[in-house]
Amino acid sequence: MALTRREFIKVTGLGLAASSLGMLGFGAAGVAQAAAVRPFKLTHATETRNTCTYCSVACGILIYSMGDRAKNARSNIIHIEGDPDHPVNRGTLCPKGTALLDVVHAPTRLKAPRYRPPGGTEFKEVSWDFALDRIAKLMKEDRDKHFIARNAAGTTVNRWTSTGMLAASASSNETAYLTWKVARSLGMVVFDNQARV
Amino acid sequence: MSDLQSQDYVRRSASTLTPPSVRSHEDEVAKLIDVSRCIGCKACQSACMEWNDLRPEVGHFEGSYENPADLGPSVWTLMKFAEHENEQGNLEWLIRKDGCMHCEDPGCLKACPAPGAIVQYANGIVDFISDKCIGCGYCVKGCPFNIPRISKQDHKSYKCTLCSDRVSVGLEPACVKACPTGAIMFGSKTDMKHQAAERIEDLKSRGFDQAGLYDPPEVGGTHVMYVLHHADKPSLYSGLPDKPRISPVVGAWKGFIKPLAVAGIALAAVGAFFHWITAGPNEVTEEDEAEGERVLREADAHEPEKSP
Repeated sequence: MALTRREFIKVTGLGLAASSLGMLGFGAAGVAQAAAVRPFKLTHATETRNTCTYCSVACGILIYSMGDRAKNARSNIIHIEGDPDHPVNRGTLCPKGTALLDVVHAPTRLKAPRYRPPGGTEFKEVSWDFALDRIAKLMKEDRDKHFIARNAAGTTVNRWTSTGMLAASASSNETAYLTWKVARSLGMVVFDNQARV
Repeated sequence: MSDLQSQDYVRRSASTLTPPSVRSHEDEVAKLIDVSRCIGCKACQSACMEWNDLRPEVGHFEGSYENPADLGPSVWTLMKFAEHENEQGNLEWLIRKDGCMHCEDPGCLKACPAPGAIVQYANGIVDFISDKCIGCGYCVKGCPFNIPRISKQDHKSYKCTLCSDRVSVGLEPACVKACPTGAIMFGSKTDMKHQAAERIEDLKSRGFDQAGLYDPPEVGGTHVMYVLHHADKPSLYSGLPDKPRISPVVGAWKGFIKPLAVAGIALAAVGAFFHWITAGPNEVTEEDEAEGERVLREADAHEPEKSP
């Protein structure tokens, strides 16, 4: 396309004039814009109630995972917030609780039992069967050896003081009840757990 | 429940047309931050980052409880800690949740040159529409509270959205929901003012004579309000402005210089058009041509040594 100098000035002048019209208010500035608010990310998330994993206050949490749990999709936790129906926290959470999502997805999160044999220097991952069998065996051994059925006065006490139990806070009322029954029925007295509070 | 579509815009940056505001029935919302009830736990900060998928880089200890050290493109709210010695010689730890105030008369929106990059909805929320943002940073200069921050990754401006995505489906902002002491509340602006009035009365009965609501009229009021125990001296709270003012430069540019320049352009165009109608284009006549030739010849005759 060949332009003379005069034509070139005409064309650029027209362009400038057209773009100036927009600034003068003749443009389509009032044309409706698409809604720009970020889409609500929990619209089709699955909501699951649970208890916060941290302290013994045991705040109720709502865990939101992607999708509708269809057979061919794998769910993934995308958001966690306080459970408004939980009497302890009524929807609120502390800074650790609000950041639970990053605990769920932390690469350093413990997902299986690990075992370091006596004298060993390193932990290695083991199966639940191995871990539970070993714990049960050692507990029975220790209980058989150190169980105190009667005290010095001859009163029945059924105490097992040489093994203790320290367990998680993320327990529901029912789990806490069962934990209590299991530990106490063995005679265990050194016991700290969600069931305490 | 709030509709946050273009029909709900009441202000739009760098636009000559006022939005139609066809849904003006909507209640104005407000977040009320009761500084006297805040324990500085930062649950709001954590909840904000979790909900908005913001993960700023882990920083360094800067000698303060403030962590991170400053607001940023991924830090939309920040607890600020100030130590104040009162008249009785006692230490007061004044903790304030800093973030966008969602001004009724937003300085950022006034200063913004990108059409529609900053909008205000009928419910009062001031939102940044990122895909229209050009990253010029005018909003940073226009903000009386020094809130927006430009991202170094995508060169766009970011700040608190008042969780417009949650508010649009009838939920409270993430920080409000998380707050364990109930120091952050959310509701209609009228309700929040009532709530604040009750709390202020309570504080006054406990000896905080200067307790009051921070809802600065200089920016037309805000949609994030504070209950302060020292409402007479907001600057005690990590430099909360006593009288927030939109920079006069923004007013001069948008209110005076820019309209003047536009008028100048328009006048020049109109003037040129009428000149073309009345005087017409500049035609070269035979006499002009002859006169030009003569001038050239004379110039050659006077300075022959300079001609090639």
